[in-house]
Amino acid sequence: MRRALLLLKRRAISSIPVLLIVIVGTFLLLEAAPGDAVDAYLLSIGGGDAALVASLRASYGLDQSTLARLWLYLTALAHFDLGWSVTFGRPIVDLILERLPNTLWLMGSALALSFSLGSILGVVAGARPGSATDRFLSIGSLALYAVPSFWLGLVLSVVFSVQLRWFPIAGIETIASGKHGIDRALDIARHLVLPVSALGFIYLALFLRMMRSGMAEAWRQDYALAARAKGLGRPRIVIRHIARNALLPLVTMLGLQAASMLGGSVVIESVFAIPGFGRLAQEAVAGRDAPLLIGIIVTSAVLVILVNLLVDITYALLDPRVGAAEAAA
Amino acid sequence: MSMQLATLRDLSVLYRSGSTTRPALASVNLDIVAGERLAIIGESGSGKSTLALALAGLLPDNAERTGQIAWPGLGRPPVPGGDIGFVFQDPGSSLNPVLRIGEQIAEVARRHLGLGWRAAHGRALELLARVRIPQPKAALAAYAHELSGGQRQRVAIASAIAAGPRLLIADEPTSALDMVVQAEIVALLDELVRADGMTLLFITHDIALASGFADRLAVFSDARLVEAGTSAEVLARPQNAYTRHLIGSHIDLATPPLIAGATQ
Amino acid sequence: MSLLRRLLGTPEGAVGTVILCLLVLAALLAPVLFPADPLSIVGPALVPPFTDPSLPLGTDRLGRDVLAGLMHGAGTSLAVGIAAAAMAMIAGSLVGTLAGLAGGLVDEALMRVVDAFQIVPSFLLALAFVSVTGASLPVVITAIALGAWTGPARLARAEVLSIRERDYVAAARVLGMRPLEIAFREVLPNALPPVMALSSVIVAISVLTEAALSFLGLGDPNIVTWGSMIAQGRNVLRSAPFLSILPGIALMLTVLGVYLFSEGLADALARRRSRA
Repeated sequence: MRRALLLLKRRAISSIPVLLIVIVGTFLLLEAAPGDAVDAYLLSIGGGDAALVASLRASYGLDQSTLARLWLYLTALAHFDLGWSVTFGRPIVDLILERLPNTLWLMGSALALSFSLGSILGVVAGARPGSATDRFLSIGSLALYAVPSFWLGLVLSVVFSVQLRWFPIAGIETIASGKHGIDRALDIARHLVLPVSALGFIYLALFLRMMRSGMAEAWRQDYALAARAKGLGRPRIVIRHIARNALLPLVTMLGLQAASMLGGSVVIESVFAIPGFGRLAQEAVAGRDAPLLIGIIVTSAVLVILVNLLVDITYALLDPRVGAAEAAA
Repeated sequence: MSMQLATLRDLSVLYRSGSTTRPALASVNLDIVAGERLAIIGESGSGKSTLALALAGLLPDNAERTGQIAWPGLGRPPVPGGDIGFVFQDPGSSLNPVLRIGEQIAEVARRHLGLGWRAAHGRALELLARVRIPQPKAALAAYAHELSGGQRQRVAIASAIAAGPRLLIADEPTSALDMVVQAEIVALLDELVRADGMTLLFITHDIALASGFADRLAVFSDARLVEAGTSAEVLARPQNAYTRHLIGSHIDLATPPLIAGATQ
Repeated sequence: MSLLRRLLGTPEGAVGTVILCLLVLAALLAPVLFPADPLSIVGPALVPPFTDPSLPLGTDRLGRDVLAGLMHGAGTSLAVGIAAAAMAMIAGSLVGTLAGLAGGLVDEALMRVVDAFQIVPSFLLALAFVSVTGASLPVVITAIALGAWTGPARLARAEVLSIRERDYVAAARVLGMRPLEIAFREVLPNALPPVMALSSVIVAISVLTEAALSFLGLGDPNIVTWGSMIAQGRNVLRSAPFLSILPGIALMLTVLGVYLFSEGLADALARRRSRA
């Protein structure tokens, strides 16, 4: 535990400059956009006179220099203030906090599904490398890995929502259902089945393939031969000696995929009309709402950093060799 | 005539990779006498490790075995781990890096002695003390990377003898270690097999090291058994040119036991 | 030559090569077989597939030829995938090599930038970039490359760091070669092959990202892409699901072809090395 905490502290400190680069970079990128939120707003209300434009610009601080506004933005950010969304007419922090849970549920369930199912199937495939089961799972996972997730989402909704009517076609829960507690949870779960499958299946294939190749690698190690020489039962060798070692790179991959999964949920949320974080990003793009888009990108970077810190702790707990030198020092 | 633990008759092993085959052992005939310390000597690629793997039933999938291995001393096929303990060359890689030392010893006792986990860990503690690991209790909860090379090999030996095997196979158990530790490990193996009446198959490229404590030597070259006999015989009157070459390249003032044996 | 034969000798390599060849063929034949703009209307709307010989795969809800769209889309997908991957590989290799050779503060700063790009979801970044600069083919390619160059950069840096310590570089230094000369004549040629091995995965990811962007309506509106075909088919998903399903299958086959090809190639290269 001490190793894990030391590691955590070091990683957390080293991610601060990285986050700063993200904030400044995103700010400057969106600064380059032709037109700003006021233009978009004027377009939506059908134009206005020069005095209105100037007062609007001044009220959003848009009349100052880029550097001055960057400084304003950073100081506001230090107080967890992400600014004001013109499109929604609300504070950006409120919007993000409102939408984030839906995305976290979607991502979390998809990660849990793909990681658990992928590693279990990977163990099945890697238990006997080269067997018929192994070949089948390898080829099947490669095919699955090539499926675009948004298209898979459409196909799943055609089959299971339109044809079979097993699952709702869109949304995160039944609107105005008046459900509470466990009923509401079940309702949300039913809405999440298809989007989670669409988002998770690709990663399932990825984890399966990694687990399988990790096991093939572990079988070639001396400790695998030693376990066989000890005459241990097959399940114990496969699970405790082989899979236990093959699991380590999977945990690392979990952290590496966090960002890509967050990106993937943008498209999936659009397919299933889930009012989440990704959908918010799309709405920000459509409304030319640069501050909102910056807020979304910065929040997602923080999210990815947090997931990676969690992954680092897990890894340190699973692999006794990690950080041993620092802890001893 | 003492009792034979195992007899090898016309044993051959081929390794197949793609369309090519490579003989690793060719028509080997050898008896392993119960209770003896038999040293298998040869250079890398001579087939000595293949012999060890064949005896323990650990040949890889691409190996083809012909000939016979019989176990008159057991009267049944041997149980790996239970009847045969195996010590590998490099304990740094033969111990599982992510499992505690205690579990890696206890799992053998649990599997072959029918103990529960608690009793098996008790047995592991005794074994760690027996192979003279300092602070055996702490070592139970340690991981391989926390021990020195010599300590790791002691742990590997403890797990190899955990089920009280009849035969202990040690495949170059000291070549990954430095000279001082080498001598300690050889002394430990010697002591353990004497105390428990185990048969020891000691595989090495170092004829001087082997002749220091082995009862018999079997010399392998190019997949063939070229010479076998008691240590004294082989050293004093080597029949085979290759054996003479091996001895010749090793006899010097630094290895007094060799000279003492040779002049008997 | 023998590498090609070995590539075709593996089942993965053979299937992958065939799929990719068919795609290239489709892309090349598209302007010959369907010289008209694939976005132009050629017949009645929503003709089901396999009913009209002149429109083998039917038409979409505006009466555009689905087969023509698919074949023209193959070109777009391949072009965007390859261009974005090439851009990412070149940019990544340059940054990685520079970081590895310069060391010190430059290295530290460049790698923090790489970190920053890695913690921002690349799809969100592409979304933001396209929305800022406006959707056109070069912009889409750049947007995709923006999210893909960090892998090659990290790998190139690692390679350069390991090569820098090797004997022939030290020898070149002793011989008095200038640092840049060493970089381009000794280090870069040796660092590139492992980085090139990443290219197929990046092509596959780029093809998928392009499709997702145009599915969301952020692709070039004047070019037919599989992603936009899927998006338009979505409006009539209940009555004419094939409009979305066909381009999806094409997309999946393309990505699968790239993966199979790269697996076969890796196999063939590994065997050549083991024989050498």
